[in-house]
Amino acid sequence: MAQPKTLGDSLRERGVSRRGFLKFCAATTSMMALPPTMVPTVAAALAKARRPSVIWLSFQECTGCTESLTRSFSPTVEDLIFDVISLDYHHTLQAASGEAAEKARSEAIRTNYGNYLVVVDGSLPGPDANPGFSTSAGVPNLQILNETVAGAKAVVCVGTCAAFGGLPAAAPNPTGAIPVHEVVKDKPLINISGCPPVPMVITGVLAQFLTFGKPPDLDQYNRPLAFFGQSIHDRCYRRPFYDKGLFAESFDDEGARKGWCLYRLGCKGPMTYNACATMKWNGGTSWPVEAGHGCLGCAEPSFWDAGSFYKALSVPTVPVGRTLAAAGAAGAAIGAAAAALARHRQRLASTEREPVRVEELEQKQ
Amino acid sequence: MTSVLTETLMNRLSSTPVTAEGAGDDRPGPGNALPLLNEIQHALTRFVETGERTVIDLTSIPFAPADQQRLLEALGRGEVEATINALGPTRVWETAFPGVWLVDHRNTESARLILQVEVTDVPDILKAQPEDVADGMAALQERIAVLAQETGA
Repeated sequence: MAQPKTLGDSLRERGVSRRGFLKFCAATTSMMALPPTMVPTVAAALAKARRPSVIWLSFQECTGCTESLTRSFSPTVEDLIFDVISLDYHHTLQAASGEAAEKARSEAIRTNYGNYLVVVDGSLPGPDANPGFSTSAGVPNLQILNETVAGAKAVVCVGTCAAFGGLPAAAPNPTGAIPVHEVVKDKPLINISGCPPVPMVITGVLAQFLTFGKPPDLDQYNRPLAFFGQSIHDRCYRRPFYDKGLFAESFDDEGARKGWCLYRLGCKGPMTYNACATMKWNGGTSWPVEAGHGCLGCAEPSFWDAGSFYKALSVPTVPVGRTLAAAGAAGAAIGAAAAALARHRQRLASTEREPVRVEELEQKQ
Repeated sequence: MTSVLTETLMNRLSSTPVTAEGAGDDRPGPGNALPLLNEIQHALTRFVETGERTVIDLTSIPFAPADQQRLLEALGRGEVEATINALGPTRVWETAFPGVWLVDHRNTESARLILQVEVTDVPDILKAQPEDVADGMAALQERIAVLAQETGA
């Protein structure tokens, strides 16, 4: 097989000037959450990079993650698909269907054995579950995953379902759904959680692979630290209100109108690690907290079973008043304690599998 | 006629006072605009003293809704403005403070890719790139050859 063209060559052939290429690199560097000083390094690496083959597997999912990816704007999805990666198999996006589609997958595996990336969205019925709960072309998800991952360079789990089980694994988990990491043990694995994940984070991680040829630094849940290194709460523009003890108490009170902290309305920002606060959604237009609703914590394990979205994480044990918060650091300490408490509560909830009741959702705090 | 009417309406609209909720007295200071202005000041000092240039990626800063606008207004407009057409428009302008530039990269659909503050004499993206100059030289040579043939010189 002929060596695929480098990204630098293919852009040049399309008449993109060096200036255009540098702009592309500046945007990509920002997308990877790297500082602008890295632009020359990224430019040098990208000019020589060759498009990796990507096989995208969709299991028990809602297609929301693909919807999210196709709404990434930087670079545009066309650039991403045709210049940056070679998307060789994707149920929803590919033109081929039936046997031709499955052939594309086996061919991509054969030609790029050991070098292709596997992207998975959705969880899958575990080895003890009825394999018939989720199949494509009559083949159970687990078998497809094992076959496809065998020759992969790395596996990227897109979305909370693939990363942690997500909605299909929520109590009582009727399909015996498990996340990908419970099956794939011997390959580099990256989790990009979120329901769906921020589109720029998906493209950012793929661009990272392309640029540096290796997975980024990861946290304890195998999530890239560049995007999941800080909590929503710590990056939230409403954080100063929390530190001052200014909270919205209902969705239509004075505090809500003035844009105060949504902690008491059940915001899961303190225990949620994701990039929403800076990358935002819909091309940087806004994000849940800016729209006036607390964070649901969708990027964290078992978020669906962690109690009501509208129940405050925990009531601060120390009174958070204007006087106290003037000390600044006190607010941060309380935030950290709340996050620790929340994680503990979440673990409890996930072991007890406490179902969320409608009354809880409707109950005012 | 229509334009006069529209103009009058627009004038009336812009003179109607609009108070944005959240911009009241309870706001805890000016958000991230002030710290960034301080950072820019330090960067400018470094540039004057050591010639070190600084780039700040504004797209990675958590801004409250009106915060970024406030920063851009504080920086204002200076003497230079330029537009680059490469993979969509890029607007570059010097702020009211010489040596402090804003670079606004947009894609072909005019959606913002990245917004940067650059503290330097001339932002790199404005300079002609060696690869493009080489291509340009070849194109110029070809143009001369064609022209010479046409005029029979």
